[in-house]
Amino acid sequence: MIEVDVQMRRGAFELSVQFNAPSAGITALFGRSGAGKTTLVNALAGLVHPDSGRIAVDGAVLFSAAEGINRRPERRRLGYVFQESRLFPHYSVRGNLRYGMRRGGEPRDPALSFDAVVELLRLEALLRRSPRDLSGGERQRVAIGRALLADPRLLLMDEPLASLDLSHRAEILPFIEQLRDRLHIPIVYVSHAMEEVARLADTLVLLSEGKVAAVGTVEDLTSRLDLRPLTGRFDAGAVIRTSVAGNDLVFGLTELSFPGGRLRVPHLGLSLGTPVRARIRARDVALALERPHGLSILNIFAARVVEIAADQGPMVDVRLDIGKPDRPVALWARVTRRSTHELRLEIGKPVYALVKSVALDRHSFSPYAPRTSVEE
Amino acid sequence: MSLTPFELAALELSLRVGIASTLCSLPVGLGTAWLLARCRFPGKTLVDAIVHLPLVLPPVVVGYALLAVFGKRAAVGAWLFDTFGISLAFNWKGAALASAVMAFPLMVRAMRLSLEAVDQRLEAAALTLGASRARVFLTVTLPLIMPGVLAGAILAFARSIGEFGATISFVSNLPGLTQTLPLAFFSLIQQPGGEAAAARITVISVALSLVALFTSEVLARRLTARMGSIG
Repeated sequence: MIEVDVQMRRGAFELSVQFNAPSAGITALFGRSGAGKTTLVNALAGLVHPDSGRIAVDGAVLFSAAEGINRRPERRRLGYVFQESRLFPHYSVRGNLRYGMRRGGEPRDPALSFDAVVELLRLEALLRRSPRDLSGGERQRVAIGRALLADPRLLLMDEPLASLDLSHRAEILPFIEQLRDRLHIPIVYVSHAMEEVARLADTLVLLSEGKVAAVGTVEDLTSRLDLRPLTGRFDAGAVIRTSVAGNDLVFGLTELSFPGGRLRVPHLGLSLGTPVRARIRARDVALALERPHGLSILNIFAARVVEIAADQGPMVDVRLDIGKPDRPVALWARVTRRSTHELRLEIGKPVYALVKSVALDRHSFSPYAPRTSVEE
Repeated sequence: MSLTPFELAALELSLRVGIASTLCSLPVGLGTAWLLARCRFPGKTLVDAIVHLPLVLPPVVVGYALLAVFGKRAAVGAWLFDTFGISLAFNWKGAALASAVMAFPLMVRAMRLSLEAVDQRLEAAALTLGASRARVFLTVTLPLIMPGVLAGAILAFARSIGEFGATISFVSNLPGLTQTLPLAFFSLIQQPGGEAAAARITVISVALSLVALFTSEVLARRLTARMGSIG
């Protein structure tokens, strides 16, 4: 369990944050710039000191104003991957990687031995190079390896992809997924990009103006209308937990089952039963009052209108339930306000949701680790 | 050209004074540079001004001030002699002190600039990797400021070799004891017909400076090469 309770004031900025997150998988700190994400992570690492509060990881108290505990950063055993990699320019890649390793002793976890980490992050070819000669993506991989080899109890990642261009981001993301799925180190991941969070995170902590707006699973928080201003409108979408139910080799499709239906997507190459998280953007969902025929769209679900987010704009977000009566599954559809009038949409009305399967972004499918429940 | 015993004594003394003053002021200079670059405390501007004083005062005034503080009968000088048996008056150690004081601002300046240029985020990164403060200094800060430390040392050494005013007013101009190359040159041109011998001193000084510059260049290059391959 990661327990965070931090209050601090720096000039006009005030940070007052309290949440608990499971010490497994990835906990994302999500918010706009200026929301206090980096300050919070620095407080976890011990690089800035809160005025009051308590920070503990798996029972180890790192900071407690009440008990007068404030462990120095070098004694916290937290790995920190910074936005700008911060590799030591006067050491080779190998020297950087070895910097935080315990002298003589074997790592507590054999998955964190030098060779294992080098293999996991594919660093063999870089070992003798200087950080100067690395690309941005390679630098971040080395920085992740360096933090892992210090054998941390928790890995902090402060927007590790923010300084990279799009192609390098795509290069790093699979490595972070590997960390999540293959190592037993909880990760606190700071981001202001919802597509990263949806792909990686298990638990989501929404930060706004120095405060926690909400804590919960990615699926729950992205389906909540009141959080829409924070989770983002343009990329708004629902995240659905599914598992691989079948592969249609003739047409090259994979079927993903969720309570209430099956989602057909282009072949994913995953074995049966693999848990997959699907993200469906509201703008990729259309509505119909009757089950349509003669349509190229494969994914059509019987749904019920749960909520209508009406404001004065021309577009309206409609929240649907496509699950079973006892196990709701949220889906968002973005339609024009005119359509809601013409279809006479209202809460409780049965409709059909049309999901353009080709619009499903393959990158938003990711196996996720079994999650523990989130306590607040 | 073989050197006369007179020239040899002056050269040997210059080298000894230059090396001793540079080596002894290195840790003090580094500490002062750290204080000025990294710490905030009341009276910092005053400390900064005092460190820079030898740069703006006439050297003979600095020499006189040293005499007033470290002379045999002055407070600190008498205490040093009574407690440690160290005397700085009229010997090469006094000359080294005078050189060190005169060169100090130059050394501190070079080190301070390099310290201020160090990306402190790298030090924070080292801390998060579990390194103690001492280890962070030795493995991150010091290697990164090494070019600045080296530049400060070379500047200080060069300034020592050329030191004249503070030395002559603090420890006088005694052949074999305090007569470094510039002081020997001064004595020679005071004598009628000493121009030829003074010219020889000039050649020695130029040669010494060239050797010092060349050495620093080689050192700096090696340092840069090593920095690229640590680990």
